[in-house]
Amino acid sequence: MSAAVAQYVERHAPRAAAASAALLDVDGVTVRFGGIIALDGVSFTVGEGQIVGLIGPNGAGKTTAFNAISRLYRPSAGRITFDGTSLLDLPASAIAALGIGRSFQNLALFRSMSVLDNVIVGGHARGTSGFISDALRLPSARGEEATLRARAHAMLGFVGLDALAHRPITSLPFGTQKRVELARALASRPKLLLLDEPAGGLNHEEVAELGSLVRRVRDELGITVLLVEHHMSFVMGISDKVVALEFGRVIAEGTPAEVQADDKVISAYLGKAR
Amino acid sequence: MAATSGLATIPVAASGTNWRRIGVAVAIAAALVLPWLVSDYRVFQFTLAGSYAVALLGLNLLTGYNGQISLGHGAFFAIGGYTAAILMHRLGVPYYLTILPAGAAAFIVGVLFGLPALRLENLYLALVTLSMAVATPQFLKYFDHWTGGSQGIVLRKPAAPTWLPIGNDKWLYYQMLVVLLIVFWAGSNLLAGRTGRALVALRDHPISATVMGINPVFYKTCAFGVSAMFTGIAGAMAAIATGFVAPDSFNVFLSISFLVGSVVGGIATVAGAVFGGFFIQFIPNLANDISDAAPWAIYGLFLLAFMYAMPTGIAGFIRTMAVRYAPKFRTAVGEQPTSQPGSHS
Repeated sequence: MSAAVAQYVERHAPRAAAASAALLDVDGVTVRFGGIIALDGVSFTVGEGQIVGLIGPNGAGKTTAFNAISRLYRPSAGRITFDGTSLLDLPASAIAALGIGRSFQNLALFRSMSVLDNVIVGGHARGTSGFISDALRLPSARGEEATLRARAHAMLGFVGLDALAHRPITSLPFGTQKRVELARALASRPKLLLLDEPAGGLNHEEVAELGSLVRRVRDELGITVLLVEHHMSFVMGISDKVVALEFGRVIAEGTPAEVQADDKVISAYLGKAR
Repeated sequence: MAATSGLATIPVAASGTNWRRIGVAVAIAAALVLPWLVSDYRVFQFTLAGSYAVALLGLNLLTGYNGQISLGHGAFFAIGGYTAAILMHRLGVPYYLTILPAGAAAFIVGVLFGLPALRLENLYLALVTLSMAVATPQFLKYFDHWTGGSQGIVLRKPAAPTWLPIGNDKWLYYQMLVVLLIVFWAGSNLLAGRTGRALVALRDHPISATVMGINPVFYKTCAFGVSAMFTGIAGAMAAIATGFVAPDSFNVFLSISFLVGSVVGGIATVAGAVFGGFFIQFIPNLANDISDAAPWAIYGLFLLAFMYAMPTGIAGFIRTMAVRYAPKFRTAVGEQPTSQPGSHS
C-alpha cells in the first residue's frame, strides 16, 4: 500500500503540489471501444475555482473524457479522483451526489416534462425521499419537495428563464433548451460543472451571453467549470486553462495564450506544415 | 428578479390544481351516491370496475410513467386474488385482512420479475411478460392442493353488519371504494413527487436520468414491485367481490384487457386508470347487449372509435378539452399566446 503511494508520488512528483489543490484529477485514463483507443493515457487536472477548456479536433476524445468522468464509460486504465474520492469505484448514478453536474452535447432533456420539472429532476441527488415517504406525503418528503422546487426556481431565475417555468420543454427553441439544461445541472448544487459544447448551435449573441453566464456560475455560485468547446474565441476568452486533445492524447496544457501558440495544437487544427 | 418573474406563473398553476381538486371531489361525490341510483347487480359491476381501476393504476405506473411494457399484469392480479382466497378459505383470515398480504405477495413477485426485466427493452419485455400471462392459468391448476385446481376456490361473500341498513353489494362497494381511494391517494402522491419524476425521467431519457443521480436498477425494480403490488391489491378486491377465483379467469385476455384499458383510459395518467376500469368492465357487456352474435366485433368497433376520437385516451381528451375551454387552465399547463417553433396550436 505505502509502496504504491510512494510510486504514485514519484511518478507525479513535478505535479504533486498542483495536484493537492486539484478538484478533479484525471490520471492516465485510457478508454477503448473494441480495437479503437478513444483515450490514451490522458492526464490533466482542474483546480478549484478554475474554468478549464477542453479542446481538440473532432474525434479527439473530448466527450469520451466527459463520459469517463460521468462513469458512463468504464476506463480500462488510469484513475479519476474528484475531491479526494476515486470515481471509478462508483456507478454513474452516484456521481451527481458527489457534486458533479453536467450538460450534454446534444440536448438530453426530459421531453414530456415542463421546464420546471426538468430542473427539479436535476436536484434529484440532493433529495432522499423514497417510495414510501412520497406515497404517504410524509412531512419530510413535503419539506424536501419545497426545497427542490425553490432551488429549481432560483436556478431558472439565474439563467433568466423563470418566466417559462411552466412551459412544456419541447415548446422552447434550441438555445433556450440549452439554458434549461444548464439550470438543471446547477440544481444539484455541484462543485464541478461539466459543459459539453455549451456554445454549439447558438448564434453570435447567444454565445456572448453564455460567456458571461459561465463566468457568473464560477464567480457567483463558486462552481468550478470544465467545458468542451469547438468555438475557439469563446473557449479562449473564458478559460483560465486550456487542455488540448488529439487522437485521444493530451498534446498541450496551459493558459489560453500558451496553448494557442503551441506548434502541436496549430498543426492539429491546421494540418502539418511540410 | 427570479421572484418577480415567478409570481406571474404561480397563481395560474394553482388554478390548474384547483380544477383537478374540483374534478376529484365531483368524482368522489358521484361514487358515493351511485349505489343508490342503480340496481344491486350494477353496484357489483361497479365494484369490479373499481378493482380494475386499481389494477390499471399499477400498470400505468409501470408502463405509462416508467415506460416498461407489461403484457402480463393478469398474473399479478391472479397472485393477489389467490393470496386473498387462500388466506380466507384455507386459513380463515377475515377478508379485510387479506388485501395487504395480497399486495405484499404481488410486490415480492414483481420485484423478482423486475430484476431480469432490467435487461430487456420495449417489445422484448412485452414478450417476456406475455409468457408470464400465458403460464399463469396452468401454474394455478398445477398447485391444486392450495388453489383448488381447475375448480378454483369458492368464497363466502362478506355480509353487511346487521346494524347497517344497506345490502351486501352496497356494503362491499363502499369498502372497496375506501381501498381504491387509499391506493389512488398513495399512487398519485408517489407519481407527483420525487419518485414519480424519477420514473418519468428514466422513461424519457435513461442516460440523462442516470447522470442526474437516478439509480436505474433501484427505480425500475421498485416500479415493477409497486406496480405489481397495486395490481395484486386489485386482484384481492376482485376476488372478495366475486366470491370466487378460478384459473381460467386469469388468462392472457385479462392481461391484454389491462393494457387496452390503460391505453383507452389514458396511459401515464392517474385518472385514466378509472376510465380504463370502466371500459374493461362495461364495454364487453355493452357489446354483448348490442349483438349477441358478434360481441367481440362490436368491442373492436368501440376500441377503434375510442382511439380515433381520443388518441391520447379519455384522460388525455379531457385535459385537451380543459385546455381549450377553460382559460385559466390554459396558462396553467403552459399554453401561452406567444408562438414558438414546435408548439402545437
